Amino acid sequence: MTEVAFDQELDCQGMLCPLPILKTKKVIDTMQVGQVLKMLSTDAGSVNDMNAWTRQTGHELVYSERNDKLYTYFVRKT
Amino acid sequence: MEAKPKPKRLALVASKGTLDWAYPPFILASTAAAMGWEVAVFFTFYGLTLLKKELTATISPASNPAMPMKLPFGPEALQNFNIPLPNMLMTNLPGFELAATALMKQSFKNKGVATIEQLREMCLEAGVTLISCQMTQEVFGFKDEDFIDGIDHGGAATFLDFASESDVSLFI
Repeated sequence: MTEVAFDQELDCQGMLCPLPILKTKKVIDTMQVGQVLKMLSTDAGSVNDMNAWTRQTGHELVYSERNDKLYTYFVRKT
Repeated sequence: MEAKPKPKRLALVASKGTLDWAYPPFILASTAAAMGWEVAVFFTFYGLTLLKKELTATISPASNPAMPMKLPFGPEALQNFNIPLPNMLMTNLPGFELAATALMKQSFKNKGVATIEQLREMCLEAGVTLISCQMTQEVFGFKDEDFIDGIDHGGAATFLDFASESDVSLFI
């Protein structure tokens, strides 16, 4: 597990499309530019979805990793 | 000052009112809105029932011959087993739609899928334009008060006007 500094954490474990994306967007909206959100997901589709969502919104996917069935994402608000 | 780039646009037609077909338009609309896109969904024919205050969408095996039938409870091996019911039988069995709807709703819940009500609410919160097809409304005798607040009304021209400036347009 790589440690990345983050300002907020969002647990989307057990949720399927499109909830992880919708919840991530809601939390990012409440954050300041430059802050980092850590998001946890067990949705195997979230890898492509988070890449697509950050590409579309311009937020920066700083780092992501997979640990068995757990996916962790760090997103910096731009 | 640099002009803000124009947001992308998604234009959807939702024409089906069963529970399974209720998902695609609301999932795509809410996700596109979460990407910062402008979204409009035109609800027409049976799809218009998805804008009613009381959602009564059910599953129908009719014309869904590939619909898997699975149990949302019991041991995992049993849950993953696709019950081999012939489509002709499913379609004609009294009470089947109610049972299938209850099972599918339970499966969605177990797997962490949002309800249609939740997704619809998120669409409204995100500013998605939900348009009731006025012609369908008249034909089926639906009243304005049957529908949720915050929707628009219009016809083919209203949808096409929005769709003509869209990046993605889908008929569901």
